[in-house]
Amino acid sequence: MAAVKVTADTFEQEVLKSEVPVLVDFWAPWCGPCKMLSPVVEQLADEADGFKVASVNVDDEMDLAEQFGISAIPCLVVFENGQEVRRSTGVIPKEQILNLIRG
Amino acid sequence: MKDLIIIGAGPAGLTAAVYALRAGRSVLLLEAKNYGGQIVNTPEIENYPGLKSVSGFDFAQALYEQATGFGAELVYEKACGIEDRNGIKAVLTESGHEYEGRAVIIATGAKNRPLGLPREEELIGRGISYCATCDGMFFRKKDVAVCGGGNTALEDAFFLSNYCNKVYVIHRRDEFRGSAKDLEKLKTRPNVEFVLNANVTDLIGDAKLTAVEVTDKLTGEKREIPVSGLFVAIGQIPDNLAFTGVAKLDGSGYIEAGEDCRTGTPGVYTAGDCRTKEVRQLTTAAADGAVAALAASSGLE
Repeated sequence: MAAVKVTADTFEQEVLKSEVPVLVDFWAPWCGPCKMLSPVVEQLADEADGFKVASVNVDDEMDLAEQFGISAIPCLVVFENGQEVRRSTGVIPKEQILNLIRG
Repeated sequence: MKDLIIIGAGPAGLTAAVYALRAGRSVLLLEAKNYGGQIVNTPEIENYPGLKSVSGFDFAQALYEQATGFGAELVYEKACGIEDRNGIKAVLTESGHEYEGRAVIIATGAKNRPLGLPREEELIGRGISYCATCDGMFFRKKDVAVCGGGNTALEDAFFLSNYCNKVYVIHRRDEFRGSAKDLEKLKTRPNVEFVLNANVTDLIGDAKLTAVEVTDKLTGEKREIPVSGLFVAIGQIPDNLAFTGVAKLDGSGYIEAGEDCRTGTPGVYTAGDCRTKEVRQLTTAAADGAVAALAASSGLE
């Protein structure tokens, strides 16, 4: 399954109320490193087992970025039971993203 | 075993891969972070010969595809040492693997120099940034500070002054290394305030940055400046300490090597920003990659 595109309207339903942990990729189209990370995130979305993957375009969703204190991208944030549990800023390899999800 | 192991998949390492592969050698690239290196953060490159304008990401992507198209293999692991085993080089990685090659090119590049303050790393993405053009938009209408006195610091401060409520420029001296023209331009900005002869001595804020403590170098007086962002632009540092067994480093940590890219250890070469050199530019990194790859290749004959 591809990463779910999430907006301010769907964030609560898709992320905060999710039964499984959610990896959220905060990105923007002008951000080079984001474009580098996105394919890896998409790959994880396809293989996701026991978690799901969502993406937020911060250009379109400035309020969400502000709400979660995103001040650098790419930023990966893991939510469990409606709470942020871990985050990582910058490009990291797939293995490290999996570690971020697993905790 | 590969003919050539290249440590670092930035412009120097990827160019070296292209040249070595075209010379018929097999190549393994080891990359700790992302291919492309620092250039992926550059919005527009306008000084690469033959390309009028290209984004850093597009450039890196094209070079990566060129190298892998010729058959380069890339593994995302951080090299942490090189051992010589009867002429065969073994590159050890932090993941605990080792890769053998007949020759090695060290092309680890350079990274942004941190201030070296406690909690600095923890606050990256929570107010601390090393790239104004990447992260500036998140500080729209907010108060921020730029630390540094070179071209990057001045350009960053100018860029940020377009969006931010207030921009403090904190610099340890009262003179700037950056261009006089940029400084004059910056001085015309009503929302820019210079804090000179001052060091950032503490980062304040729990979950995110809320203020910086600056210490006046002349009077020793400390004060807090409330900011939600601090952009650190105090130059670059190399990352070569893992290779002191096979290469000599200068006082700043760069690998001592001339334009021939030879380290002095047979079979070990170096290319790009990690090498001692006068000009660190995209073109000179690419040039080094070619020189090192052809030297390594002929050394294998």
